[in-house]
Amino acid sequence: MSRPEYQAPPEFYYNDEEARKYTRNSRIMEVQYQLSERALEILALPEGIKAHILDLGCGSGLSAAAIEEAGHSWVGVDISPSMLDVAKERDLEKGDLILGDLGQGLPFRPGTFDGAISISALQWLCNADKKSHNPVARLKQLFTSLYSCLARGSKAVFQFYPEDDKQVELITTQAMRAGFTGGLLVDYPNSSKAKKVYLVLFTGGIDPVMPKPLVNEHELPSAVSNINRKMKNKPVRGKPAKKSREWILAKKERRRRQGKEVREDTKYTGRKRSGKF
Amino acid sequence: MKLLTHNMLTSRCLKGVTNGYPLKIVANEVKTENVDYNSEFIARVIPKVDWKVLSSTASDFGVSLPEEPPADIESNEDMLRKVHHALLEIEITQGDLICPETGRKFPIKQGIPNMLCNEDEVK
Repeated sequence: MSRPEYQAPPEFYYNDEEARKYTRNSRIMEVQYQLSERALEILALPEGIKAHILDLGCGSGLSAAAIEEAGHSWVGVDISPSMLDVAKERDLEKGDLILGDLGQGLPFRPGTFDGAISISALQWLCNADKKSHNPVARLKQLFTSLYSCLARGSKAVFQFYPEDDKQVELITTQAMRAGFTGGLLVDYPNSSKAKKVYLVLFTGGIDPVMPKPLVNEHELPSAVSNINRKMKNKPVRGKPAKKSREWILAKKERRRRQGKEVREDTKYTGRKRSGKF
Repeated sequence: MKLLTHNMLTSRCLKGVTNGYPLKIVANEVKTENVDYNSEFIARVIPKVDWKVLSSTASDFGVSLPEEPPADIESNEDMLRKVHHALLEIEITQGDLICPETGRKFPIKQGIPNMLCNEDEVK
């Protein structure tokens, strides 16, 4: 199946029918919920503090449910009215929804949020869905406005599905230009299915410590690495190199067999003269 | 939309707008919802809120708050409850937000403000 970003712009792709999947399809719901929980874990807000969190591309509010579960309040921004309608039906009381386009910048006062998460939304910004769309400019607009509306010393965690390395580079470059530090975190890097990519961004004021990625025990490489194994004792195929000790010894042996006068083999046979001579 | 969110919203994504704050509210339909009271959360939120804007908008919805935040607000339970009511329980379901600089209207429908701008309006 081709990626949803190719099929239609987000505000049209997530129509009523697609939005309904997010309340009925238990698999989609479970995956989204787990991603949100993991994103919150990476966000690593101080224990016991009720934070105000920005949810970018909140969609049907599944991520917001995870935020509420963790005891925080939130504001969600999404471009699809159908998805927001679904979110509105959810019984969420500690947050608010806003219909907005991430690529146009975030309409908030500076320093409002203690953190931001975004689940499977960033890749949508890399497409030019309208003639006037320029992915680079839109990403720049998002990251600069995000940087300003986050409090100092806070983090933003974006889970996304990058198409290729070029796209990752495009996104990270724009984030770094906006002033963020940080980088990519890849969970389950050895599994093509469970692999999840997170962009972890830090604003100034904290020591940027990248969290550890999750690794599935069963999916560790099964073979033992032999990179450092010594290949010394392996017999070389074919004849010994000319003028080497082996070659000299073999030649002397041959001459002996022919009944010729040959000096006996010693430890000096085939040894190089030292340069001191 | 709650007043907490209104307190943080600006229209600065519009071209030529420097502050875009505070947005004027034209409320056509307002609801009051019961939200669990949490004193810690309110105390943490108060320093972030623009108090002047909050007290003036809250008075439009019939909640009177002093012009300056009282110094002992964290121990003042009544005041915290009042702030809680103003910030979280008042819900604007239908209406408009108006940009103070350009007069651009952002409609609120079913409690969701529409902050989408046309392509020619953004930077």
